[in-house]
Amino acid sequence: MRVGVVIFPGSNCEYDAASAMSELGATTEFVWHTATDLSHLDGVILPGGFAHGDYLRPGALARFSPVMGALADFAKKGGAVLGICNGFQVLTEAGLLPGALVKNRGLTFLSMPTTLVVSSTRSVLTRAATVGQELVIPINHFSGAYTCDDETYAALVENDQIVLRYRDNPNGSRDDIAGISNVAGNVVGLMPHPERAMSTLLGSADGRVLLEGFASALADGAAFVR
Amino acid sequence: MNYPIIVDVTLREGIADPEGATIERALPALGFTGVAHVRTGKTFRFGVEAGSESAALETARSLAERLLSNPVIERAVARLEA
Repeated sequence: MRVGVVIFPGSNCEYDAASAMSELGATTEFVWHTATDLSHLDGVILPGGFAHGDYLRPGALARFSPVMGALADFAKKGGAVLGICNGFQVLTEAGLLPGALVKNRGLTFLSMPTTLVVSSTRSVLTRAATVGQELVIPINHFSGAYTCDDETYAALVENDQIVLRYRDNPNGSRDDIAGISNVAGNVVGLMPHPERAMSTLLGSADGRVLLEGFASALADGAAFVR
Repeated sequence: MNYPIIVDVTLREGIADPEGATIERALPALGFTGVAHVRTGKTFRFGVEAGSESAALETARSLAERLLSNPVIERAVARLEA
């Protein structure tokens, strides 16, 4: 199983993500944002950071990086895609996930552990977890409040696309949403950082069950079918 | 001809604007009363080389919708600079 971690100019969590996936047995490689072929990979991670300086809006310029065209094809074919924090923002800007992430309620940059509740297990990220399971995973963002119109929200609920919720909403996200998937479940985005919750020595190992799920999705041949 | 364009990007109705709300809450302390519905946004200025005013606006609207704004949360209005 081979996972690519995309590096945009300004990404800064790529080593954490690669290290976590390597620890879980995946072969990891870095993919520069100008790459146009992802066909040799089983999964792709868009890491946290500030792609293209987050100028204009987080993810707005990253969406036009050459790799994003290849990523759209990869996702359409059922490849496993995970966007963490800034990666989630990039996925929404690119239209690979619905909705948008706006400034936190309270206008403060939030860097702290949060308790998440698993809401759905039919995604490549949450498949190894159980519904209702609580996970302590840190957040580190300024624009992390998930928002969408009523129609989109109804579709998210209808299709079981809300995969993780905050137990105590820290940022004003609609319906406490911390992470969502696409309809097929192979593309997932979340604001919290599971790759920073890999060891109790560093505060929490609760990210493991999520990334283990992602790694197992890669091993199963990437394509995730409900 | 080069047409000077202004694009205003504002948050859609119903999208929370914590920045606008914070500004609004600060106003009474400064003695400004009767000010409500504060919404923040962004303004972009640029020149567009085009054959006509409508062609320049067409280009401006297209790039405003594709790049300068996120239609999920924002509304973009392009106009000719007076």
